[in-house]
Amino acid sequence: MTDTREPDRAGTAVHLENVSVSFPLYHGGSRSLKKSLLYRGSGGRIGTDASHRIVVEALREINLSLQTGDRLALIGSNGAGKTTLLRVMAGIYEPTVGKVGIHGRISPMFDINLGIDQELTGYDNIRLRALILGITPTQLEEKLPEIAEFTGLHEYLDMPVRTYSAGMMLRLTFAVATCFEPEVLLMDEWIVAGDASFISRARQRISTFIDKASVMVLASHDLATCQQWCNKGLWLDQGRIKQFGPIDEVIHAYQASVTA
Amino acid sequence: MTMTSPAPAHAAAKMPDLALRGRDPHKLQLAFADIGRGWAMWRLWIQLGWNDILQRYRRSMLGPFWLTASTAIMVGALGFVYSKLFNIAIDEFIPFLCAGLLIWNLISSIITESGALFTGSESYIKQVRLPYSVYVYRFIWSKIIIFAHNVVIYFAVLLYFQISPGWNALLAIPGFALLLLNGALTTLFVGMISARFRDIPQIIASFIQIVFFVTPIMWKPEVLRNHVYIAAVNPFQHLIEIVRGPMLGTVPSELSYAVVLGITVLNMVLAIAFFARFRARISYWI
Repeated sequence: MTDTREPDRAGTAVHLENVSVSFPLYHGGSRSLKKSLLYRGSGGRIGTDASHRIVVEALREINLSLQTGDRLALIGSNGAGKTTLLRVMAGIYEPTVGKVGIHGRISPMFDINLGIDQELTGYDNIRLRALILGITPTQLEEKLPEIAEFTGLHEYLDMPVRTYSAGMMLRLTFAVATCFEPEVLLMDEWIVAGDASFISRARQRISTFIDKASVMVLASHDLATCQQWCNKGLWLDQGRIKQFGPIDEVIHAYQASVTA
Repeated sequence: MTMTSPAPAHAAAKMPDLALRGRDPHKLQLAFADIGRGWAMWRLWIQLGWNDILQRYRRSMLGPFWLTASTAIMVGALGFVYSKLFNIAIDEFIPFLCAGLLIWNLISSIITESGALFTGSESYIKQVRLPYSVYVYRFIWSKIIIFAHNVVIYFAVLLYFQISPGWNALLAIPGFALLLLNGALTTLFVGMISARFRDIPQIIASFIQIVFFVTPIMWKPEVLRNHVYIAAVNPFQHLIEIVRGPMLGTVPSELSYAVVLGITVLNMVLAIAFFARFRARISYWI
């Protein structure tokens, strides 16, 4: 599959141009049909007039280019827009304004439980998750032994996943998400929930394909993890880019502002 | 403030695998691309559709045949009472009731459950970019599986009353396909507006109950005598008839086909226009 798409070693993998994302707030009555009809009836311009709706600007004018080999950490306080930015990169939220271009297969790891059927066995869940990521059964069967090996779950893979602990689920998810050398790997902070031996194996695995031609974006509050895993940092503040650059500089500036 | 790292000049030369932009003018193409890419992911939605059924009936002894059993009892009980009430021969009324009820169960479950199409898949939609049509295909597929379980009753009725619908029965296949196409389009449309306006599913639930009683399912249109137009103006009567007629060995009227084709065109225009316009908003709504 990757043969047809020769990785562009020095190329841009992720390109965001003037991206803004805003969420209309639909709570309580504003989400109901009645309100909307009444609005229309009274000559209100719903949908066109921003002043009639409460809009949360989650991301504002984000310009960002990531080259292959970049490992970016998204840092910032709660509600700074880290998860929203990850979801924009994953193509989940299409930008309200601006452009997004992603080169390569995207492998999102936002929720360990995505597509997990509690009653299915570990193997069946690996197959299901592979289907979600667009991996064909033949490709998967080739890689299955390797995935099974990486999870380290052995005979547990034949049991329903409802018997798994959170850490075991994490191993399973991570193994599938990374088994096909994702070109753009997007991770929310839960990755740091694994035990020490898993974390070190996960880092090792990521470094093997990052070197080939990939990009990783990690959103985390844990600055130590960010420093270990990433070479670049992006500090988000209220949906805007406050600082972008080498990880040490960004963390330094962020810590200075937090303690100040 | 540090600037973003400079983008190499040749980057624009290679088409990105995923290109999105705000207020994209190619909305219709994107909608069709979604529908096509969703279809190509058949392995996924077939699997998910099966899992939906298995999940609901796991560890129950009869599984999806519980539905079959309850429908069978309903056909038997209603068939007996209503054939006496309307004074119709039971071997004529029960096949009519059975076919009608099976089709109605399919239609009503599609319409009432389609409100949760996107809101119920929030965990998927918020975690991974999939064509939205995948959720529609998955939903319709699981409805087909349930229908296939229920259709056993129809064959049992044919055997019991020693009826053969003849070759006309084959017409049920294109009729069923048309019914499913309309089901898919309605699901897409209702799924979207229900994600935006959360009271839509409630409205639909009460509407569907009324439709059941005013549509000839438990009663034959003939009992209306010179008020048959009451059945003829009901679009659901025609949607049911293009499948029920052939199942009972009769050829549906041209009027029925014309009405269903009209509904299909209308449905298609409405659903696709809506999908093109609001596809990118679905993930924001849920």
